[in-house]
Amino acid sequence: MPNNLVSAETEVDSALSLIGVSKTFRSTEGKILDNINLDVKTGEFLSIVGASGCGKSTLLNIICGLDKDYQGTATKAVPSTLMFQDSALLPWLSVLQNVVLPMQLQGRPKAERTEIAKDLLTRMDLRNVFDKKPHELSGGMRQRVAIARALAQESKMILMDEPFGALDAITRDVLHDELSKVWSENKLTVVFVTHNVREAVRLGQRVILMSSRPGTFIKEWVVDMPEPRRIDTTAVAQMASEITDELRKEIRRHG
Amino acid sequence: MDEISELNSGLDALESGTDKNDRNILLRNAFRLYPIISALVIISIWQLVVTFSHIPNYKLPTPLQVFDSLHRESSQGALWGAIRTSVTRGAIGFFFAIAIATPVGLLLGLDRRFRAVFRPILVGLQQLPSVAWVPAAVIWFGLSPVTIYAVIMLGAVPSIANGLISGIDQMPPIVTKVADVMHANQWQKIRYFILPSAWVGYLAGLEQGWAFAWRSLMAAELIAVSPSLGIGVGQLLDIGRQLGDMSLVVGSIIVIMVIGITIEKIIFSPIRNRAYRNRGLAI
Repeated sequence: MPNNLVSAETEVDSALSLIGVSKTFRSTEGKILDNINLDVKTGEFLSIVGASGCGKSTLLNIICGLDKDYQGTATKAVPSTLMFQDSALLPWLSVLQNVVLPMQLQGRPKAERTEIAKDLLTRMDLRNVFDKKPHELSGGMRQRVAIARALAQESKMILMDEPFGALDAITRDVLHDELSKVWSENKLTVVFVTHNVREAVRLGQRVILMSSRPGTFIKEWVVDMPEPRRIDTTAVAQMASEITDELRKEIRRHG
Repeated sequence: MDEISELNSGLDALESGTDKNDRNILLRNAFRLYPIISALVIISIWQLVVTFSHIPNYKLPTPLQVFDSLHRESSQGALWGAIRTSVTRGAIGFFFAIAIATPVGLLLGLDRRFRAVFRPILVGLQQLPSVAWVPAAVIWFGLSPVTIYAVIMLGAVPSIANGLISGIDQMPPIVTKVADVMHANQWQKIRYFILPSAWVGYLAGLEQGWAFAWRSLMAAELIAVSPSLGIGVGQLLDIGRQLGDMSLVVGSIIVIMVIGITIEKIIFSPIRNRAYRNRGLAI
């Protein structure tokens, strides 16, 4: 396929584009993000990996619009929402009320928003816990509620900040399958930030490696493996170890 | 069910704990009887002190004498009238205090500049016993109900406002972040995120505010005695003092405490327990 044709297509379908995004914290000496250029296609699943201090969270805050104090331009074609490592469910609301809330804020009619929330929770296999409080759920269940809540907001792009970092390996593995399914069923654009290289390869269509202090993009891999994928296949492991080598090289630089 | 659903339901079943509330209902509710036991212990000690010490009866009456005195007042109707008068006054004053303290607390909790200017005043007011306001209030408003309400509010407003402020201060930063992610406007942020998150602190402020309101009311009733003010429990106590009727004095003190405990038990305690349970906090 001729190269120029592909690039023309990506420009039309771009969900997110960052051009020369940099950020300096006034309080600290160094740059936190340095000249980030990124183009995410609509419907793409992008993983970003990097060690601590690479400004991954800062980058997501900028993309999400929470942080407006940066240089460069960030353009979004679709509204986005952000998922945190902690499920960040509101502890005083029931599971159902948590999922209803974003629609309530948008002023959707009551019957409609309750129905949609129940449907989303059912799709996340949470049919039996509508009236439970977040503290009564396991970590994996809480993150599924958080996914349902993100979907309820009707954002076509979900930014994820290490959403499975605090979960045990078995639960995380099942949530990977769940997220892949949600992503393809809802035609979402996902930007997934993680420390976990295998997780990045398991989920992403593309993996970007970031350096630390300042955060820049070092290298990019295209993950050309069909879904459903598994984290324990040789192909995933091979690519992951290749990325890990690069990551270690980057970490050693700071020693 | 597809494979993911099966996995989910298996994991959920494994991770949800077994029900721990399977103990005997009687045993579980036995602790509710403890206050009765403590009351009995206190009354017994009191009786023993009267019996074995040489404190004259006009200084320390027996529990039975106090009971008789309260029984007499209640059969003549004075006691219930006094309780009704005091509780109504307390409630009205307290609701005015809430109406003033809530916007003040919200403003000071959310705006740093307002806080810098007004928080010291609030702290100062909280340090000041509200009895100190009674003489001033009598001069400003005369011996009228306004005096009583003013003293109650001066007692309760600082506690309620401070409780709300500390509730807002203890709010996890993630809460407002979630509000921003959901594109909540300023009003929605306060209504759906900040107020519910600050609720536990606010509630503690309300509880303390009520205790202060009730104390201030009693102080005001003791000092501001006038036929135009009617008879509250505080005034009943003062009548006991004037008549040298120690049983009535002690009886009134007990009534004041019992009303305080009752209101805590039937109003604040259930609301607090509910708030704690809802948030998964230990009770």
